[in-house]
Amino acid sequence: MKHIISALVLNKPGVLAHVAGMFAARAFNIDSLAVGRTDDPSLSRMTIVVVGDDRVVEQVRKQLAKIVTIVKVQDFVGHDMVARDLMLITVSCPGDKRAEIQALIEMFNAKVVDISPKSVMVEVAGPETKIEAFIDSCRPYGIKNVVRTGTVAMARYGRTQAENQ
Amino acid sequence: MSNKTSETVTDRPQRKPGSQIIVDTLIEQGADVIFGYLGGVVLPLFDKLYDAPIKFIIPRHEQGGCHMADAYARATGKVGVVIATSGPGATNLTTGLANAMMDSVPIVAITGQVRTDLIGNDAFQEADTTGITRPITKHNEIVKDPSLLAQTIREAFYIASTGRPGPVLIDIPVDMQTTEIEVEPPTKIRLPGYRIREQGHARQISAAAQAINDAQRPVLYIGGGVIAANAAEELRSVAKKANVPVTMTLMGLGSLDQNDPLSLDMLGMHGTAYANYAVQECDLLIAVGSRFDDRVTGKLKTFAPHAKIIHIDVDPASISKNVRVDIPVVGSAKYILTEMEKELVHRDRTEWFKRINDWKKRHPLRYDTNAGTIKPQYVIEEIYRQTHGDAVVVTGVGQHQMWTAQFYKFKRPRQFITSGGLGTMGFGLPAAIGAQIACPNEIVIDIDGDSSFNMTMNELCTAVQYELPVKVCLINNNFMGMVRQWQHLFYGQRYSCSSLQNPDFAKVAEAFGAVGFTVKDKAQVPDAVKKMLAEKRPCVVDFHVDKEENVWPMVASGKSLHEMDGLDIFEMA
Ligand SMILES: Cc1cc2nc3c(=O)[nH]c(=O)nc-3n(C[C@H](O)[C@H](O)[C@H](O)COP(=O)(O)OP(=O)(O)OC[C@H]3O[C@@H](n4cnc5c(N)ncnc54)[C@H](O)[C@@H]3O)c2cc1C
Ligand SMILES: Cc1ncc(C[n+]2csc(CCOP(=O)(O)OP(=O)(O)O)c2C)c(N)n1
Ligand SMILES: [Mg+2]
Repeated sequence: MKHIISALVLNKPGVLAHVAGMFAARAFNIDSLAVGRTDDPSLSRMTIVVVGDDRVVEQVRKQLAKIVTIVKVQDFVGHDMVARDLMLITVSCPGDKRAEIQALIEMFNAKVVDISPKSVMVEVAGPETKIEAFIDSCRPYGIKNVVRTGTVAMARYGRTQAENQ
Repeated sequence: MSNKTSETVTDRPQRKPGSQIIVDTLIEQGADVIFGYLGGVVLPLFDKLYDAPIKFIIPRHEQGGCHMADAYARATGKVGVVIATSGPGATNLTTGLANAMMDSVPIVAITGQVRTDLIGNDAFQEADTTGITRPITKHNEIVKDPSLLAQTIREAFYIASTGRPGPVLIDIPVDMQTTEIEVEPPTKIRLPGYRIREQGHARQISAAAQAINDAQRPVLYIGGGVIAANAAEELRSVAKKANVPVTMTLMGLGSLDQNDPLSLDMLGMHGTAYANYAVQECDLLIAVGSRFDDRVTGKLKTFAPHAKIIHIDVDPASISKNVRVDIPVVGSAKYILTEMEKELVHRDRTEWFKRINDWKKRHPLRYDTNAGTIKPQYVIEEIYRQTHGDAVVVTGVGQHQMWTAQFYKFKRPRQFITSGGLGTMGFGLPAAIGAQIACPNEIVIDIDGDSSFNMTMNELCTAVQYELPVKVCLINNNFMGMVRQWQHLFYGQRYSCSSLQNPDFAKVAEAFGAVGFTVKDKAQVPDAVKKMLAEKRPCVVDFHVDKEENVWPMVASGKSLHEMDGLDIFEMA
């Protein structure tokens, strides 16, 4: 089962290496990992998606919490939360397919961010399922490049924010 | 202390070089003994240590220094301190750090680093020390702002010694040591990512006590955490009050006096039959400060199959890592055992003890006492007898380590110092040195293997230099015995590469300035032990023992704990 784990970490060098090293050393699999600053310059947020049974993920959570530079760890499983991915995708777009692709982009609420004679770069944000569906829909036209951020997530009602205090 | 005098202006805060701040903070944190080795980027620090009221021990290899600090910590319960230079000095520490990490030993390691402006340039003797040691330390930190030196050291001692103890490394570039900074008063330790839970949840403690009161066939399964928590006394009270038998892991030996009728001695792969049977038949297993290591559980699926499990541990990640736990209690053994005891009641459990005593009678630890050769177990029994069970005992890794765990009956915590989790050959002699410095008035004996001793015997120099009367008792089978045993059992007796050409260890000892002698005849063993114990200088006794003796009982890997081999092997004795 897929778990989204959110870790608030000290904004110090080595923390990311520590997390990555711990996952490798304990043979845990990272599905995706997104890191970014928070409103507090001394803290960063890592959102880690791991796949494993509950016991494995429980160990992941505990091992993360043990790292001294990790301030707080939360597993979002069973929580009401919002999870989003961001993707940039470049799709082949010959003149005769423009309209079709344009319709697809609108349907997915995506955005064209760059355009060339033969392709378009599209920005898509949303739940992972939506991103996957968009990729599948683009396949017939020819995908040239895909870049994804990995999932970021937040509990609803500002719960994580409150718990962090 | 050699403070700068020239430019001190009276009202201005005192200024000192970083190296002096490091030394002052180490003293403030109670470091009275430091182990360490020199090198270019720690010279400023060593210059300040020259005048400091600290006993400094120079090993012959940084690994040795780290094991010394480790054993010093295990013997005293204090934090061990070790210093090494950058690059090769730091990489030489790694085995020692990993060893301390696996056995949860509090160490503060300080390494020098190249100048901050050179870091990342493949400078001379540069190594990414924090990167290399991250997975083998509880925490590490590189200091790039001299004003953070003191606080980082304070935090290191705090992290090393609290919660589940472990080694903490601080990497200090040489320019941090030479820069002069203002001396600041200590501030409160603020580590937002480091929380420890000492006091267990009251409801969980009650549930545990209730389960013990209800159990027909309970067993206490005690590990190194009880020793780390200084909770041996509390354990004894709990065991006595509730009338529960106690088995100990290799790391837990000494938590309960093994002469106590409640003691089942060690469990696990080379544990006693009565301990392993008791675990397999118990209806309640109470794990305290033990971590369900694979050497202990055997096949997990069939481990303690009838038991409800209580697990008391200060590290939440230890709980439910290997086995499913029914009543987890996160907190310090000392606090929880104290609280739990209040709710316990005495139960007779006559049937249970009858069964246990029957196992004890049927399957005591034994060996062929009539053999013409020197049996390793005999040497250890003789040492036990002549030291009245009071010596501080250290080991290498291998068969001799297991026989020591089986045949020396430990009375008190911190009496047995051995490398359990990492199983580091070569731990013995440096550990004996660390323990002897910690306990100058005790008899410290390293019961070592020939191959283990070969790895770090250069530390005899250190023992001689500091006039430490450590005793090395070599169980010399001229084999990597434990490896040979596995080759005997599982590889059709093909002893591939498991015997080495040994030196004449007695002569080696003499060349180092220690005392050495060799014992080849069984009849000489008692006198040799007597002579060794009387010796005031470092002393190596090379006992040429039976080469192909095996450690029994043994739970082969993949087998369940009750499926022990070797129980009937000495029926003839
Ligand atoms: C050749 C060889 C053979 C071996 N065979 C055996 C064998 O037959 N039997 C055996 O038992 N071992 C054996 N070992 C040792 C084994 O590998 C493990 O090192 C050992 O079993 C672990 O002991 P432990 O469970 O007590 O845990 P430790 O490593 O001592 O860990 C301590 C536990 O206590 C916890 N703790 C720490 N402080 C506290 C506190 N204040 N309060 C509460 N909890 C705390 C920690 O979080 C941790 O979970 C062998 C080793 C070697 C090298
Ligand atoms: C540093 C290191 N290398 C290898 C091993 C694997 N190993 C475990 S026991 C052993 C043999 C130990 O031989 P010795 O010290 O003579 O002890 P004996 O088993 O003969 O009593 C070896 C090689 C180890 N534990 N540590
Ligand atoms: Mg040997």
